Amino acid sequence: MILVFAEHQKGQFKKAALEAVTYGYKTAQVMGTSCVALALGEVANAGDLCKYGASKVYHIPGNDFTQFDSQVYTAVIAQAAQQLGAGVIVLSHSSTGKSLLGRLAARLQAGSVAGVNAVPTNDNGFRVKKNVFSGKAIAEYAVTSTMKVLSVMGNAIPPEIVGAGGSVETLDIAAPASKIRVKSVKREEGLVPLPEAELVVSAGRGLKGPENWGIIEELAAVLGATTACSRPVADVGWRPHHEHVGQTGIAIRPNLYIAVGISGAIQHLAGVNSSKTIVVINKDAEAPFFKAADYGVQGDLFEVVPRLTEAIKRFKSTQ
Amino acid sequence: MKLLVCVSKTPDTTSRIAFSADGAAFDANGVQYILNPYDEWYALVRALELKEAQGGSVTLINVGPVDNEQVIRKGLAIGADAAIRVDVQPQSALFVATQIAEHARQGQYDIIFCGKETIDYNGSEIGAMVAELLDLPFVSYASHLDVAGNVATIERDIEGGTEVLEVDLPLVLSAAKGMAEQRIPNMQGIMMAKRKPLDVVAPVAADDNLSTPVKYTLPPAKQSVKMVAPDNMEELVRLLHEEAKVI
Repeated sequence: MILVFAEHQKGQFKKAALEAVTYGYKTAQVMGTSCVALALGEVANAGDLCKYGASKVYHIPGNDFTQFDSQVYTAVIAQAAQQLGAGVIVLSHSSTGKSLLGRLAARLQAGSVAGVNAVPTNDNGFRVKKNVFSGKAIAEYAVTSTMKVLSVMGNAIPPEIVGAGGSVETLDIAAPASKIRVKSVKREEGLVPLPEAELVVSAGRGLKGPENWGIIEELAAVLGATTACSRPVADVGWRPHHEHVGQTGIAIRPNLYIAVGISGAIQHLAGVNSSKTIVVINKDAEAPFFKAADYGVQGDLFEVVPRLTEAIKRFKSTQ
Repeated sequence: MKLLVCVSKTPDTTSRIAFSADGAAFDANGVQYILNPYDEWYALVRALELKEAQGGSVTLINVGPVDNEQVIRKGLAIGADAAIRVDVQPQSALFVATQIAEHARQGQYDIIFCGKETIDYNGSEIGAMVAELLDLPFVSYASHLDVAGNVATIERDIEGGTEVLEVDLPLVLSAAKGMAEQRIPNMQGIMMAKRKPLDVVAPVAADDNLSTPVKYTLPPAKQSVKMVAPDNMEELVRLLHEEAKVI
């Protein structure tokens, strides 16, 4: 059995959770077994996960999971996996999932693979692929343990509706006491978080100053995209740290990454080189980013970006 | 405070990545190795700052063969007091974590630091594994750390924001940007590093084959960039819609 741990935020399942359930469903097909999901704490519509391929959703309600503590979550997920007889645990490769993957592997003496980006194969033992060397290569892992733990890279496996609904069953597993006291959580409300965003507009030093960010925000707004930035821009405080993509920031793989006024240093590419389509707008024809781009525009970004915004507005009005 | 910093050796960020002809092994020819940047810049430097402010010691631990001593010495040159090398070529994260946990159990450390991930296998697994093996709290992606008495106050990166939490020592954390600023070792540090203790210990028995990379491939080469005239953004929109199908 495949057990998918489905993350939610204030009761709403994250896109990463739906991707994980789809991944679990496809893995179950490969392995000839079933896929079930697990949700912790108060959730609105646990049964919705069945649409994405979970034959059953196990739910442990209560207030023990309101704050995230990897130790508490691990104890509960591991017990659920053992109680249900799961052979593979699937997590999202999020800040939460990454904190759980290693713990679950250690607790269950399971082989683990972090950030898988394809459904496993099972012809020659259990094999699964992930990106390594910051996106510069792909490694296939052989997992030989009876219990396996995987975390699924965001935007690698699109959520697919495959079923029509199913049953939700409450599990009775007691959570241990937490040793962590969460004091505050600050999150940009109403925006798609960068790791989940399918469309991203990102800008760098070419913008010259924070007062010029309006043209980036306008382009992002007409596209329905999330904004990001390069390291120098976050370092000088033009943009918040959580928008910084690249090696020291976060790695993302959106469908569309528009880089405006970013030269494309190797450290920046490490965070974005798995994007499906890359557009580079830069006045410098020698900018290394053009080599990694699918589409390039060489020109003054202060003219090109508003023109692109207008072109997208016209395109959207005809759709 | 007794502080332990887990450090890894990785190919330099700018290394050309290549593999043996059958794709079974990493080709180390001509590769420059460095201390994993997150271990060095953030985990080690914050540990040193805490020691400087509050007293105590900073110990490095690495699991790997004798070649790794060059980057371990760099950590000592930056300011760590001592280092331990577990003398084995590991294949899997759980094996590495088991070795670190074995030592940490005897060492009674207050905080065990890791970098947020290594830049080669990008797993972020070691810290969480060590924490579980020692039954300690684990805080990932810590971008700020203060310690007052027995309580650590930590800010950590989460999707689209930050979380602030308190936790009693001892604990394990993984360090991200914001935690500290890179330090360049000076000549005195480099000289002193040669005389600092670097203990070599034998590994404990553990499974090292539960999950291992068996085949490597390079991503398909990118088609060359298609340039669009700066005064023709309609064309770019058309390409994104009809060709790339992303809008």
